[in-house]
Order: sequence, then structure tokens, then C-alpha cells
Amino acid sequence: MTLFLQNARLIDPERLTETPGNLLIEDGRIAALGDIAAPEGAEVIDCAGKCLAPGIVDLGVKIGEPGERHKESFRTAGRAAAAGGVTTVIARPDTLPSIDTPESLEFATRRAAEAPVRIRHMAALTKGRDGREMTEIGFLMDAGAVAFTDAEAVTTDAKVLSRAFTYARALGAMVVGHPQEPGLSHGAAVTSGKFASLRGLPGVSPMAERIGLERDLALVEMTGVRYHADQITSAASLPALARAKAVGLDVTAGVSIHHLTLNEFDVGDYRTFFKMTPPLRSEEDRLAAVQAVADGLIDVICSMHTPADEESKRLPFEQAASGAVGLETLLPAALRLYHAGALSLPQLFRAMALNPAKRLGLAQGRLAEGAPADLVLFDPDAPFVLDRFTLHSKSKNTPFDGTRMEGKVLATFVAGVQVYPHNEK
Amino acid sequence: MSFRARHLLGIEHLAPEEIRTVLDLADRYVELNRRTVKRTDVLAGMTQINMFFENSTRTQSSFELAGKRLGADVMNMSMQTSSVKKGETLIDTALTLNAMHPDLLVVRHASSGAVELLSQKVNCAVINAGDGKHEHPTQALLDALTIRRSKGRIEGLTVAICGDVSHSRVARSNLFLLGKMKNRIRLIGPPTLMPSGISEFGCEVFENMREGLEGADVVMMLRLQKERMDGGFIPSEREYFFRYGLDAEKLACAKPDAIVMHPGPMNRGVEIDGTIADDITRSVIQDQVEMGVAVRMAVMDLLAQNLRAERGRAAVGDVYV
Repeated sequence: MTLFLQNARLIDPERLTETPGNLLIEDGRIAALGDIAAPEGAEVIDCAGKCLAPGIVDLGVKIGEPGERHKESFRTAGRAAAAGGVTTVIARPDTLPSIDTPESLEFATRRAAEAPVRIRHMAALTKGRDGREMTEIGFLMDAGAVAFTDAEAVTTDAKVLSRAFTYARALGAMVVGHPQEPGLSHGAAVTSGKFASLRGLPGVSPMAERIGLERDLALVEMTGVRYHADQITSAASLPALARAKAVGLDVTAGVSIHHLTLNEFDVGDYRTFFKMTPPLRSEEDRLAAVQAVADGLIDVICSMHTPADEESKRLPFEQAASGAVGLETLLPAALRLYHAGALSLPQLFRAMALNPAKRLGLAQGRLAEGAPADLVLFDPDAPFVLDRFTLHSKSKNTPFDGTRMEGKVLATFVAGVQVYPHNEK
Repeated sequence: MSFRARHLLGIEHLAPEEIRTVLDLADRYVELNRRTVKRTDVLAGMTQINMFFENSTRTQSSFELAGKRLGADVMNMSMQTSSVKKGETLIDTALTLNAMHPDLLVVRHASSGAVELLSQKVNCAVINAGDGKHEHPTQALLDALTIRRSKGRIEGLTVAICGDVSHSRVARSNLFLLGKMKNRIRLIGPPTLMPSGISEFGCEVFENMREGLEGADVVMMLRLQKERMDGGFIPSEREYFFRYGLDAEKLACAKPDAIVMHPGPMNRGVEIDGTIADDITRSVIQDQVEMGVAVRMAVMDLLAQNLRAERGRAAVGDVYV
């Protein structure tokens, strides 16, 4: 099948350009793009000058299968992803039970077929994510695991971790770490400082992130493993990351869109939809993280999509569940940074599509000849007020409920097939 | 009169005028409470429920007495033995009680923000009797009344707050109130018991108690909240008393007429020397207990007035809509 998208603003995150042009899709791949004419017999879609970019590759999405399907299923997460311009979801293994055996990974892979977008899976680094014994990294890679992580569970035993890193390095597996010193962060609900003290909530210093990162980086230096820090959210961590990159360690880092667009004061009067792991930071930290993305020091922007049911959020702040859904709001929230002049559109898609795909060895994330035709067509200026009950996710725990946003997804394509707007037949 | 609040959740959102209104009315209730016949009927027919999710003897009995003297029907719910233990959520407990049509709900809870959460789900007036490490507004108001009656004013004083500020909701509410009233506030304590970011609160912080007490008009001691300690905040009680316990020698650094306060219950020999606590020329600790009942009567009276006015408006609306 041949599809011709004409009159688009082409966002190229590799060359960091945006140019008017057309794009031709053949057999699920980008066949040609630029100043080209429609071939005979092609189906033509007029993009009306709107933005066409590679589909988002969202690194670190929690889906409730197995174990918590009442929060999110592969089907609902996939529909939310399609509506949000996310064409590849990298699922987290922090399920019930954890994805820590080839059998559970096969189950998840089978279930993922219900999603209209691509789903790739990460597996746990240690069995049960409890930091004692490494998982069958080899078998799990054979079963399709793209990376290994214990999500927010931090292994405190450095010996266990160094062995897991060494073993992973031998197999060329990538490890995704959650930089945090659990001794400091245990029980914390917000970042320590004026806000935490005002609200009387237990806080954790951003230094806990740096301590965790420095420990992980030392182990990376020791073992040579490929390492990605899931979220770097504080200014105090950035010099450590820069040093590791400067000496040539195979290290990258991500940040959640919430830490780039919100700060600790957004929690306000104990609004639990703003409770995250790690907690939202100070405005200085937020600005430093945005700058680090612009500089390329932080490589990846992700949604850290974490569905939570209503009951788990209708509790006093300290007891409430942590995390927010983000698949559908990642793009409009990221466009806040574009409208604020902090990041260009190609820079945004470098962090949301190109870099995560490259890091995981996927062919996605590029707007180039031969690349998979995973695309998002969006209007960066279309305004709307978010109503959380319109989200496709089963869980509606978004911090952006009722806020004004700009940027609407007009169409999403996976392998050249339109998956959004949803075909409701 | 200017007191517009629907609930009393904290001092943070009160205006100085509202604070003065409470104190002025409380002064009148102090006089009433000293008579033989202490009963009024301003809350006659109204129902007050005390929900204490955390143990309390002093505050709960103070609220109970205040409600009874105002003529309300007072019910104490002992939350330790209630359905909470059976797994009921805070909001369900609140909705259950709300269905019984109380007019005043007095709530203490171990989690910061829990009382605010509860107040969003009920249609009566809610009084925060202490939420986690957040606020304890009636304590700050009774402290203010005690200071005002003793010093003749509640502005322009130097107030030293000493001890475990970090775990203290009393300290937070007092910081807000004394700050709004333009007092000079000093916080004294070991850095492990100071909240983070405290320097941004517009107060001076001292690690040396003698320096901190220099020239103070009011010395406010805080309870060393042993039950809140995960452990390891201070090396020992005796070293704490040596460095931060209030004794005659350290008190000599404050003004000669400085008053000594403590929200109770006291740990004699830990944060305060027994003879100082009992010295009626310096200690106003018993006055604080007395002012507590009066301030709580004033707060409930004012909230009940606002509640009646609100319901009156709603009823009028019903007729004409």
C-alpha cells in the first residue's frame, strides 16, 4: 500500500531541521520525503501545513498486566498511546508479579498484541525486583527484552548489583537504573525544603538522587555495562552525569515530562495527582533539567506513565499512591517547552523519539528514507482544556486535569497504518 | 466582626483581622469560664463530633468542655477502636459521619493534610485539632491569647521557639501566627530537629540556646516528640537537656520579665527543668490550658455563626429558585 502525506512541516530530529515537504510511505516504511511528487495511484492525505514527526518512543511505561488490569491493560494503554502520538511503548516490568522470567515475558508479549501501537518490554534485573538474585538475562533477551530494570526498586546490595551489571555487560544487555539512595528517600512524599516544611510532609533531599547516581556510575565504570538512568530530575545530579559522559562511559539519562513542566509547589494543598517518584522538584531544578535536555546532557524525555486507581489517590498525601498517567499528555506537555522557547520541535523529538530508539537499538525515531513509517501528525498550536475523563487510559490520574494545553494529535501511524483517530468499527 | 472562614484548617490562610476577632471573643469567654455558671446556649441544638485518630487527652477534653459550655451536643469518637481499624478509608468515615448531620467536626489525624482532605467531603464546619506535622491552629491561637493577656500585646515581641521544630505542628502554626502579627521569631534547636528550608521562613535560627534567648520576651518550649522519632535525631536525652533544656541559667539570657510557655504534655528534665515549669512568676503553662478552652469556644462560636449564615442563604435560595 502506498500513502502520500503532502504539505507537511517535516520535523527531522537527526538533522535538527523542520522543513515544508511531502512524505511517501510504501510497505510500512518511509520511501521518500522532501520536495517530491505523489506517485500514480497513491492515497493522498493533505497535512495542511501541520507538523509531521517520527512517532514518540516512550521509555518506561507502566501497564497493569499482569496483576493490575483494573488500572491499565495493554489495550487501553495502546489506545492512549495512539491518541498521544506514541508509536512505541517500552513497558516497565514492575507488574504483579514482576516480568522476571521468560514465561512471564511471553505472557506479556502475547497480551500486548491487543495494543494498536508497538510494545517492547523491559524485564526485571533481579528476581521479584527484590535486589537479591539476577534474572535469566540471556533467556529474557532471547524472549525479546530490550533492557533490564527493577524500576523504582533500588538494589542496596552493591555486590549483587555489580554481578548483575557484569553479567549484563557480557551479554550486551542494557540496564536502566533508578538513581536514588533509599536510605534517604524512604518514607518521603515530597522534595525537602521550604514547601515540604510548610506542608509538614516528609521530604527527601535531591542529593539522594545524586548519591544513587554516583554509586551506579561507579559500578558502570567498574563493569562497563550499558546504563541508562531512568530519571535525572535535579541540578545536583547533572555534573556527575556530565563527568561520566566526558570520560566515555556508556551512559545516558532520561527525565519525565512532569519534572520538566511542573514543580514542587504544584502539589498545592495536598493534591495527590502531583505525587510522583521521585517527587517534583524546585523550580531551579526544573529549569536545570530543561537546559540539560536542550544541551543533550539528558538524552530522553519520557512520560513515566504510571496508572493509579481513584481509591489509591483519595488518601492523605503521605499514604496516597505515587505516579501519574502521561501517554496522552506527553506531547502537549512537551509542547509547553516549545511554546516557552526552551526547546525546538526537532530537539523535542530527538529526546522523545530518536534518542530512546537509538539507545534501545530500534529502527524507529527517524524521519528518513527506509525508516519505519511510525509517524505523528499534530497541530502544535491547537488549544484545549484537558478533561481527565476524556483520557483513553483506564486510570485518570493526570496532574493536568483542567489545565490549558496547546497541541493536538491529528493522526498517528504505525508502520504506515493509521491507528489514530481510532477506527471504532 | 471579621471572621469569614468556613473551616479552621490552619493559621496559614487566616488574615490578621480574623485572628484578632478570635482573640477578642476569646477574652470574653475567659471571663465567662471564671464564673460559677459557665453555660451559654450559642451552640444549643448543634452537634459537635470529636474525631481523634491520634491519641489526645488534653486537646480532646478542652474541645469537649468548650462545646458543652456553648450548649452543643458533644460526641467523642474514639477512632482507635472504630471502623478505621477494619479498613475503612478516611473519606468513607467522613461521609458516614456527615450523614448524621453534625454541625462541627473536630479532627486530629496523624497525616499532614488529612483534615483538609476530610473537609472537602463534608458540609459542616471542620476544625483542625492537629494534622501530622502540618498545623495545630487552636494551639497557636491559645498561645497568642496567653501572650496578649500577659504582655498586653501580640505585636513587636521577640519570641524564641525552642526544641523539636521539625516534628512540631505547634511550631508551624505559631510561626504563621506570630509572623502575621509582625513579631521577631527565633528558632532554637539542634540542626537535626530543624525543618529543611527553614531559613526561607523569615525567622532567625540558632543552634546555641543562650544566644537565641538573648533579649527574648517569650520563651516557647516544644515537647521533644519521642514517639515521632525514627531514632538518631539526638544522641541522648541528657545531652539534649544539657544543651537545649530550659533551666534557670539559660532563662537568665532572656529578658527579666520573659514568660515561659509549653504546649504540654511536658517531659520534665528533658526539655524543661521542673522548677522553671512550676515558677508562677515566669511560667504561663497553666494559663495556656485555661486559654485553650476559651479560644476553642470562640472559634466554634464564630464558625457556627458562619455556618448558620451560609445555611440561611441556602434556605432563602431554595425558596426563590
